[in-house]
Amino acid sequence: MANIWTIARREYNHYFISPIAYVFMFVVFLVLGIVFFLDILFTSQSQQYSPFIQYIFQLFIFPLMFIGVPALTMRSLSEEYRSGTLELLMTSPIKDWHLVVGKWFGTYLFLLTITVVTLIYPAILNSLVSPGIDLKSLAANYIGIVLFLSAVCAIGVAISSFFSNQIAALLGTIGALIVFYLINGPARVMPGAGADILNYLSIPFHFDNFMSGIMRLDDIAFFVSLTVITLVIGSAAVESRRWR
Amino acid sequence: MIKVSNLTKDYGPRRAVYNLSFSVEKGEIVGFLGPNGAGKTTTMRILSGYMPPSSGKVEIGGYDILDESIKARQIIGYLPETVPLYTDMTVFDYLKFMGQLRKVKHIDDRVDEVLDMVHLEDRADSLISRLSKGMRQRVGIAQALVHKPEVLILDEPTIGLDPAQIIDVRAIIKEIGKEHTVLLSTHILSEAQNVCDRVLIINKGQIAAEDTTEHLQSLLTGSQKVVVTIRGDIEDTLQLIANTPGVISVQKKSGNSAEFETEHGDDARPKVAKNLINAGHDLLELHTINLSLEEIFLQLTRDEIPSAGQEIAVVESQTER
Repeated sequence: MANIWTIARREYNHYFISPIAYVFMFVVFLVLGIVFFLDILFTSQSQQYSPFIQYIFQLFIFPLMFIGVPALTMRSLSEEYRSGTLELLMTSPIKDWHLVVGKWFGTYLFLLTITVVTLIYPAILNSLVSPGIDLKSLAANYIGIVLFLSAVCAIGVAISSFFSNQIAALLGTIGALIVFYLINGPARVMPGAGADILNYLSIPFHFDNFMSGIMRLDDIAFFVSLTVITLVIGSAAVESRRWR
Repeated sequence: MIKVSNLTKDYGPRRAVYNLSFSVEKGEIVGFLGPNGAGKTTTMRILSGYMPPSSGKVEIGGYDILDESIKARQIIGYLPETVPLYTDMTVFDYLKFMGQLRKVKHIDDRVDEVLDMVHLEDRADSLISRLSKGMRQRVGIAQALVHKPEVLILDEPTIGLDPAQIIDVRAIIKEIGKEHTVLLSTHILSEAQNVCDRVLIINKGQIAAEDTTEHLQSLLTGSQKVVVTIRGDIEDTLQLIANTPGVISVQKKSGNSAEFETEHGDDARPKVAKNLINAGHDLLELHTINLSLEEIFLQLTRDEIPSAGQEIAVVESQTER
């Protein structure tokens, strides 16, 4: 565990000693701020809607996270391959999966940091509207985001473990996320078990439940198992490097 | 401390190392010598636990590098050929990170200690990207030392350094070698000669020679070569020298000097000198040429090494695969 934490901490700190963290945070908060402002502006102009915090989350997730997370994870292992520092890590007394899990955890912590800061938007909204927003629903939204980020981040790290080229890792991750996003499309016209399988594999199918304020065990299990499975694949990919 | 038996490594159809066996005792500094592409880096990568051998066995401090890899890696300090550094970290943070990975206790004190050893104490807070090549190399060595490893594996530790830095790094290695077992690779022979207790010459993936530096020299200097210089034309004396007992061959070198080779164990110099003087020539100089390690090395690596009909291809570093 100590090894994972050592790797994760370096990864986390890396975001702050490079411009990545600041640019990423700037873009995320700028976009979310604009959306939040417009949301309140529109609802204050019309009598029909109440401000809708889930609307902001939808924007937080798509497309910011679909491009943002791959951009963060693309360098995680690819850069180690390219710069040769992998040789150092792989000759240190740590297991290969410690390295992969540590890489994932460091980036995940960074994403969680950003997620915590976004709590400022519902907090402002809560103080604007009477009688306040539905906090239980908000909690479900946030749990959904936290689980979603875990899985997406794991996919990014795992795909990065295949490539020593960062652009390949970036595009590969975006591609994989799009597949997980669209995979349940055919389910709408398909009958029976096939549709169930495709639905089960779909990220939005599970994520939308959280956005509606519903917390289901199978949705939680989906994101957790997606995280675990992709990290296992990533570890295998790193280990396979030794044998080339 | 290091025990290698019948080590073979293939990269696909290419054979980089073939049936390599050697051992290094505790407290020894052993030089791993060979031309580019001889299999030095490959062997060191296997010893460090970076990649598994195709066949054969490696033991570091009694731990098998495959079966007890983590334990073996714990006692190894490794400096790869291209010094792998996180250039966006400070020297101190980088060494601390490497120390933490190897579970060093009282890490801050230890980092200060190794920085002292490599004379970088005043650059502890510099970003690695701002350091010169020589300093980076020393950071790399510090990294290999931070956990007080019993075995130190250094792949070309002085490559790309200026002469002053080379002397510096060699002094550091000698210092370390007093307590640690060191295996270092190089293709600079004078380096092996003045740093190492023992030399392994490797060529085309196999050991071509293994000995102490002094012994290796005398072993290969079977016969003695002597240069003789006289006043006047050497031409007239060639026959005289050739006829001296103990002289195998004579060769004219320039107008007034010649080189002759003597039989093994027979120092013919006094006889040659006497003959020349008796014949009325003015003898100016008579000196032996020792085969330098350079020449020995060339001699050993130039010749094809018979290897049971095995075609051995050569692979050196493949940093970007």
